Amino acid sequence: MRSALTRLALAATVGLSAACSAAPAQDRPARTDTFVAGLGSEPDSLNPVMGYAADGGSLMFDGLVTRNADLTLRPALATGVPEVKGKTVTFTLRTGVTFHDGNPLTSADVAYTYRSVLDEKNNSGIRGDYAAIESVDAPDPATVVFHLKYPYAPILQRATLGIVPDGSLERSGFEAKPVGSGPYRFVSRTPGDKIVMEANPSYWGGAPAIKKLVLAFSSDDNVRTTRMAAGEFDAVELPPKAAARFENTDGLTVHRVPSADYRGVMFPMNEPVTGDLAIRKAVNLAVDRAAMVKTILAGAGRPAFGPIPPDTTWHNPAVEGSPAADQAQAVRVLEEAGWVAGADGVRAKKGTAARFTLMYPAGDSLRKELALAVASDAKKVGLDIRPTGLDWDAIEPRMSKDALMMGMGTPFDPDYTNFETFHSSFAGQGFFNPGHYKSPEVDELLEKGREETDPAARKQAYDAVQRRIREDEAWAYLVFLEHVYVVRGAWTGIAPSVEAHEHAAGGLFRNLAEWRPAA
Amino acid sequence: MIRALARMAVWRLVFAVPLLLAVTMGMFALAKASPFDPVRQYLGDRALTTSPEVTERIRANWGLDRPLAEQYLTWLGNLVRGDLGDSRSLHRPVAEVIGDRLGWTLLAVGCALVLMLAGSLVAGVLAAWRRGSWLDRVITGTAYANEAAPVFWTGLLVIWVFAVKLRWLPSGGLTDPAATGVEPGDLLRHMVLPVVVLAFSQSSWLVLFVRESLIGTLREDFVVGARARGLRESTVILRHALRAALLPFITLLGARVPELVTGAILVESVFSWPGVASTSVQAALSADFPLLAALTLLATLAVVVGSLLADTAYVFADPRVRVLGVS
Repeated sequence: MRSALTRLALAATVGLSAACSAAPAQDRPARTDTFVAGLGSEPDSLNPVMGYAADGGSLMFDGLVTRNADLTLRPALATGVPEVKGKTVTFTLRTGVTFHDGNPLTSADVAYTYRSVLDEKNNSGIRGDYAAIESVDAPDPATVVFHLKYPYAPILQRATLGIVPDGSLERSGFEAKPVGSGPYRFVSRTPGDKIVMEANPSYWGGAPAIKKLVLAFSSDDNVRTTRMAAGEFDAVELPPKAAARFENTDGLTVHRVPSADYRGVMFPMNEPVTGDLAIRKAVNLAVDRAAMVKTILAGAGRPAFGPIPPDTTWHNPAVEGSPAADQAQAVRVLEEAGWVAGADGVRAKKGTAARFTLMYPAGDSLRKELALAVASDAKKVGLDIRPTGLDWDAIEPRMSKDALMMGMGTPFDPDYTNFETFHSSFAGQGFFNPGHYKSPEVDELLEKGREETDPAARKQAYDAVQRRIREDEAWAYLVFLEHVYVVRGAWTGIAPSVEAHEHAAGGLFRNLAEWRPAA
Repeated sequence: MIRALARMAVWRLVFAVPLLLAVTMGMFALAKASPFDPVRQYLGDRALTTSPEVTERIRANWGLDRPLAEQYLTWLGNLVRGDLGDSRSLHRPVAEVIGDRLGWTLLAVGCALVLMLAGSLVAGVLAAWRRGSWLDRVITGTAYANEAAPVFWTGLLVIWVFAVKLRWLPSGGLTDPAATGVEPGDLLRHMVLPVVVLAFSQSSWLVLFVRESLIGTLREDFVVGARARGLRESTVILRHALRAALLPFITLLGARVPELVTGAILVESVFSWPGVASTSVQAALSADFPLLAALTLLATLAVVVGSLLADTAYVFADPRVRVLGVS
């Protein structure tokens, strides 16, 4: 057992010196035609039907529409972004588009793609996202008509899903050699190692400047840092602390990209302590969000006060607060509501101690650190929060009783996740609205936002939702994360845009086809 | 003798059937007892934004709501028909996943095995021959230290020295990230570190065994006799002593196959080598049961076949066994 200690010490020394050895960044000549991107997580499947890059960002597939850097939609396979009229949406397809195997892309392929997602037999993880679709018709080769079960404005955002050739799932080997219509075509894949793609010279949007693209995967942050330093990668995604060593290095640029990926405390509303508005308000006032960003996120993040990130059109600027803690105000709120300090420093009201459990997924060190910070901040105002690390399978049955450190968020449409998180009809359904939040006003607003097609009216509805949730303090939103990338060389066309919780949308690399070497 | 050998092989294989059944049954029981929900692992990040209705439907499609015995019998039935099922995490048939990767594992493990045998024989003989010298002390000391060090640690240390500091060799992967195909030269460069680490990490016991065994044999009468007849020292050691000292070594080699499998798992993970061993880690982490079951089956088979081969080799190597039979 003594040797185990020695080994640990040795490992720590090696780790430290590896971290300190800032190797020269470019001792290898820049490759002109091959670009290697180092990514932390590998997609399980390369089939859009199974959920691969459903929110866009797949370089091998095209959706009916795609996103600009400011998250507005622009047509891709469709000739224009259509209007949603009631329960019907009609897309007209671009003509002359072919798949990488040379076959023309028609409305039959589009209809097949969406029908396959909806087919229960296919076990697609994204089926629930397309639940609004009743059926998809292809009346002629250039027209696709979506019939919806209920008016659903975000359907246009869902139309970023990549289109696969008709019959792909029935043919074996699609997963091994996917065929799309995107700017890059599949060359080879070594699972666990990399995916190789080459530029599609006859791409309808113009051939990409980067001729050969390699997505190399390595889940270990240290390994990715080392491989970037050694010149193996041309770009890499890294946690903020690991990316810090590349700041101020010649030839390298560190990009910090804002995201909608938030972390916050979900409160169970039917419990005596967390069900009390004063307690939730006090937690929200007592937490020091500025300190969390500075120390826990190494500066790569922003304070959060609601589920919709700043920098997106849907954000309500009125929903803000103080990044620093306001303990005096928190104490005042508690006192006024009758939570008085007891002998042990923990407040109580009519015999109920201001004490609750805050669960976090045990393997997630970020959420653990945030949970500990919340508990220590709350202690200063007399609230006893007990952080408990559990596995997701242990967390799920307890969510209606105990608070939980959750993380979600997408910037694309305010209906995404928020409808399920705050609508009372989803109360207690799995991870949807686990705290049983119920507000008839919010229900109505969410339904209005979903059905309304006029952007101004939608904006008004979601502004009201954000305000209402903030007033009810349904969650204690803490921080929005920033995703960090390091890129070698000078490029034009890099267009960071607010990213989602999931990496499915490609992050900074979503528009690699438009990157060009700077002259 | 051949008949005796065949009898042994058949006997072993017959014995392997209940063994494999027991292993797979135990695996199913463990999977059932595991707190991890395969559907949640399958959905990954999306698990939190997927409606319970979709989750339940996937569970039903996979037959996870059926009783354990039924799931097991279904799996066994498919296995007998040659259908290993589909990997849930990789969305491809298990046979295809294993087929893609088995070759790389066999290549790495095979090369490591050869290197390990050659290297430890030389080191062990040198240590025994120069017993008590500084060379012996270095070899023995290294072997003990190596036996105590976990494989992944040796791997990380080697990466740090040769890939990060000296920049002589790549730190991982099968080929250069920018390469689109597999070139022999490129592959060779990427193989050096994983193969050497795997061979080195498994070699301590072998070096120590060869040394001990040879020292013991050098004291025996027939060696003393050979020396007395004035034979050259190299002839005495290599032709007389080593041959006698090596016999139990073959059996030991067969018994060490499980450790080689474990070593391969760690080495492949550290060096991002795309073989089956590192895949079993991924399969376990993502609760990908069909893939994990097939890989466990494969590892069990490797152990059974390994010890069978060792015993067969023993028959050829040891005349006493040849004479007395192998029942």
